[in-house]
Amino acid sequence: MTSLRRIWALAAIPVVSILLALLVGSLLISASSLATSPSLNPLLPLIAYESLLQGATGLSFIDVTGGAITFNPSIKPDQAARALTSTVAAASPLVLTGLAVGVGFKAGLFNIGGTGQVLVGGFAAALVGGTVAGQPAPVAVTMAILAGALGGAAYGFIPGFLKAFTGAHEVVSTIMLNSLAAFVIVGLVNDIFKITGPSFARSADVGNAAMPILFGRNGNLGILISLILVVLVYVLIYRTPLGFEIRTVGANPSAARYAGMSPRRLVVLTMSLCGMFAGLAGAFEILSLGYYPAVFGTSIGFSGITVALLGRAHPVGILLAAILLGAMQAGAPSMQITAKVPIEIIDVIQGLILLFLAAESVIRHALRSRTERVTPGEIGTVSRSYGDSTT
Amino acid sequence: MDVLFDIPILGFIFQFLAYLVDAIFTTNLPAQTLQLATPIVLGALCGVLNERSGIVNIGIEGMMLTAAFVGFMAAVVVSDAMPAAEAGIFGFTPALVVGVLAAIGAGMLVSLLHAWLSISVRADQIISGTVINIIALGLTGYLNRLIQPSGSAGTLDPIRPPAALLDLPVLGPVIQMFFTSGPITTSVIIFVIVLQILLFRSRWGLRTRAVGEHPRAADTVGINVIRVRYRNVILGGVFAGLAGAWLTLEFNASFQNGMTANRGFIALAAVIFGRWTPVGAFGGALLFMVWEALGIAIRSDPPPGDLGVFLSGIQATYPSLYNNFFGALPYLLTLIVLAGVVGRSIPPASVGRPYVKEGAT
Repeated sequence: MTSLRRIWALAAIPVVSILLALLVGSLLISASSLATSPSLNPLLPLIAYESLLQGATGLSFIDVTGGAITFNPSIKPDQAARALTSTVAAASPLVLTGLAVGVGFKAGLFNIGGTGQVLVGGFAAALVGGTVAGQPAPVAVTMAILAGALGGAAYGFIPGFLKAFTGAHEVVSTIMLNSLAAFVIVGLVNDIFKITGPSFARSADVGNAAMPILFGRNGNLGILISLILVVLVYVLIYRTPLGFEIRTVGANPSAARYAGMSPRRLVVLTMSLCGMFAGLAGAFEILSLGYYPAVFGTSIGFSGITVALLGRAHPVGILLAAILLGAMQAGAPSMQITAKVPIEIIDVIQGLILLFLAAESVIRHALRSRTERVTPGEIGTVSRSYGDSTT
Repeated sequence: MDVLFDIPILGFIFQFLAYLVDAIFTTNLPAQTLQLATPIVLGALCGVLNERSGIVNIGIEGMMLTAAFVGFMAAVVVSDAMPAAEAGIFGFTPALVVGVLAAIGAGMLVSLLHAWLSISVRADQIISGTVINIIALGLTGYLNRLIQPSGSAGTLDPIRPPAALLDLPVLGPVIQMFFTSGPITTSVIIFVIVLQILLFRSRWGLRTRAVGEHPRAADTVGINVIRVRYRNVILGGVFAGLAGAWLTLEFNASFQNGMTANRGFIALAAVIFGRWTPVGAFGGALLFMVWEALGIAIRSDPPPGDLGVFLSGIQATYPSLYNNFFGALPYLLTLIVLAGVVGRSIPPASVGRPYVKEGAT
């Protein structure tokens, strides 16, 4: 009983936030029926969410024929396997970008630079992948993935270094670095690394460095690596001296300094580590695609913020949150086809989840329960340091 | 002068300066820079008002985008309802006036959300801004796809100043610069000057800065910290709303998903670059956007001499890098300033910290 209560205390706010976001989303979906059909269709949200669930898991609970809805739980095994594979494939880069933000939180850093680190990591993986395309697959894949990790780490190192040695706040510097990476990489792909042949500007094929598929249609190696990293990050943060130092500097930088730790070293190290996770996510995306397109828009960097906050900056929470968001992404196309609801509703629902999480004290008050704070306590260090000028 | 142009390497710089001076006085480079800088300046004013009172605002981008969408939709609805409406004063149609007002209203509404989350709920201000950016992008994209607006309400026309003013010897071209684009661009300079004076010379300004630097002390002398912060954040929304109106009712006559294209973040950069002052932010925005305007000028009318050959060569060989260089420059400059390479930029001391009245829980 006590463990159940403990789980409720931990999960109540995230779960309520998700439910509220789905509720508000359903209002928006109902309203959308006015634009696509002659009259308001109050059942549309049910149909949309049901097709979302079906697209993400293969599970179906209701049948809709005409205006009547009948309860009829069913599952088609082959469809379920395909849907679940898509869900975990979509979740794996989100796990990584979630870690890129979540580990930063632990050290009292807010890494908004996931987007830029994803781009740099992906671009580095594409360049190295294109060079080693002819090598045996294990060598090529390893080198391309390492390049992505290093590229991301280098791009995370910059804001870490700036914060540690010049006092430039990482929130602002990573926002600038996001745009900088986008501009520079588009220019590089268009002018220098473009290959002749395809109708659109893109880098060379990565050939043998393409992400190996382990199961199903798109169950790639990245899923396995993300899972391993979740475990490694858990061990690092909660079971090693370095993790203890990271948590200490996150909770109270001056206490960490008095205890003989070096906040500067930890800030640089943690930001590089965060960049590495995001860089890996970019590498997996690009190596799955097989090349780097000049026009490469991805929202996984920003979704990492939602994932990390929804997962309370804990590795296990991040994993669960990433699976939820991955399921939404995987199910969205079938929702768009079945219910004619624009795919952008997924972004709205993600934003709403974050909104309700941000307003958690209001929800806690409404629930009248002693649930635990979702927002990591270290976020206070982030905001308080915004007005600091350390040097 | 031509002798200077022939000095190796240094000649390049002289040629560039000569070209710049020439462009400023003979082309519409100043007017174009001002036009491109307008949404950045307005966004930055929003940022200055927020951060001076102690509220971090990284949601300027989302506020602008929401305002751009709402303003455009309102204008289209009104122009559909009264297609042949008389143009009122200065040639503003009712549709455009309603559109601009709706954009301002939307900006205020979104900033009210930010104020509520940051001040009353005491949520993390950076997260609140992120929430606004994500929801704005998703919601405007979703609604735009659903509604697929087909009409347009046109754009705001420039105000025509009396010819006598434009004929003034030195002031003429300067006045011309401010009146070449639409009324939102024209009014920007007024907002900047008025806010600069108010922020540093008025009671409201003193209170705002006190609340941003040391809210506890401000509270002790009887200033209502919460009220000052709310007022400033919502007032900031007015400017973010105007920036949105500029996007869809002055510069363009349509709405596209994500059309703010990071302007809100450049505005944030301008706030820091301009050391949290309206005039500084204005200067920063001009400095950021002059390169884009200059890029356009160089493309249409390349400079003479070696510089022209050099630039045309780069433009021909690396067209995309060349263009993106100008786009990336604002961010690079801001990073340099942030890092303290050229002077430090020190934010208001209490920015980012929610205020809790002593004794209250």
